[in-house]
Amino acid sequence: MVALAGALAAGPGLLRRNLASLRLALPVALVASTCSIGGAMLGLYLSSLDPDIVQVCLGATIVGIAALLTFSKNSELPVVDKQDAIGLALGMRGAFKDQSSGNIVEWKTHRTLMGLIMFIFIGVLAGMFGLGAGWANVPVLNLVMGAPLKISVATSKFLLSITDTSAAWIYLNKGCVIPLMAIPSIIGLMLGSLVGVKLLAKTKPKVIRIIVILVLLFAGLKAMDKGLGIGLLG
Amino acid sequence: MTAQNEKDITAPRKEQITYANVLSIGAWAGIAIMTLTYILYVTGIIPPHVDVNLIVDNWDKGVSQYRHITGSPQGWNWVLLLGKGDFLNFVGMVLLALMTILCYLIILKGYLVRKNFTYAIICILEVTVLALAASGIFGSGGH
Repeated sequence: MVALAGALAAGPGLLRRNLASLRLALPVALVASTCSIGGAMLGLYLSSLDPDIVQVCLGATIVGIAALLTFSKNSELPVVDKQDAIGLALGMRGAFKDQSSGNIVEWKTHRTLMGLIMFIFIGVLAGMFGLGAGWANVPVLNLVMGAPLKISVATSKFLLSITDTSAAWIYLNKGCVIPLMAIPSIIGLMLGSLVGVKLLAKTKPKVIRIIVILVLLFAGLKAMDKGLGIGLLG
Repeated sequence: MTAQNEKDITAPRKEQITYANVLSIGAWAGIAIMTLTYILYVTGIIPPHVDVNLIVDNWDKGVSQYRHITGSPQGWNWVLLLGKGDFLNFVGMVLLALMTILCYLIILKGYLVRKNFTYAIICILEVTVLALAASGIFGSGGH
């Protein structure tokens, strides 16, 4: 619910700046949100067995993705020589003005089918862990499909407003949302997301890459720490 | 490249702007509603269904156990508890959870007008998935 709210608040600013692409988001969102329903039900089942299993699985996955991003080259502006047929048919291309450099960046996707297949797994994971799957969206959009890092981060954030909607309904209907905790978190994240959109537009892609990796590492290690009951990270 | 050319190249598509505008209204409405209902809840102006101490003592429990102890509803039964401070907060959250469906329905109309059937079908399928999730078919039964 909190991840959904943050994405909803950030969405308008990202779409208006053409950093988030509706053409890129709609097809992958359909795949991911369909699968996130199954993931949410699986997550509820695993939580009823042992919530720590979910935490450890989540942590290990995120740390793995952080390592993948760390060792990947050209992730800020991937080179896409030729757009594939599916990407072309779906109009997955665009341009934006990078405010950090003043340059116009034109982009297009490749390996679209492989990206769509990977979003099946992302949908399941997003629903299962009950949170935004930005940690998975960004690498697939960026490293697999070849979208620039800024487009990947922005489209991923917007994407969460769609994919998390289906999972949020599962949790709402299950009676899992506690307003006492949820509402302050939701409002705080929504207001923070509005600031984040402005920062994303102005920040250099290299800095964004470092921030993404650090946040992923911290989130992954914290989830593992919690799941394993070590208590090192609070 | 002239400033006008730059603007033309980097301008979002029409449906993207429409989506952004509708989403923006919904997000701000959600923030306003949730702020108001939360104040009514925590100040005790509208008494809650579940006592705050009971929540704090049990929020580390599993879903079904927590629901059993606190008498919290499943599915759309929260609607019956809208008179209670805690469940009144669901109004803002549900508005947020409905925003994507609303935005899709609005851009769907544009796609149909422009005869972009690929994206129209994607929109219809997505709305169907989200509506099924919202209906409680997947999430309100069983434990």
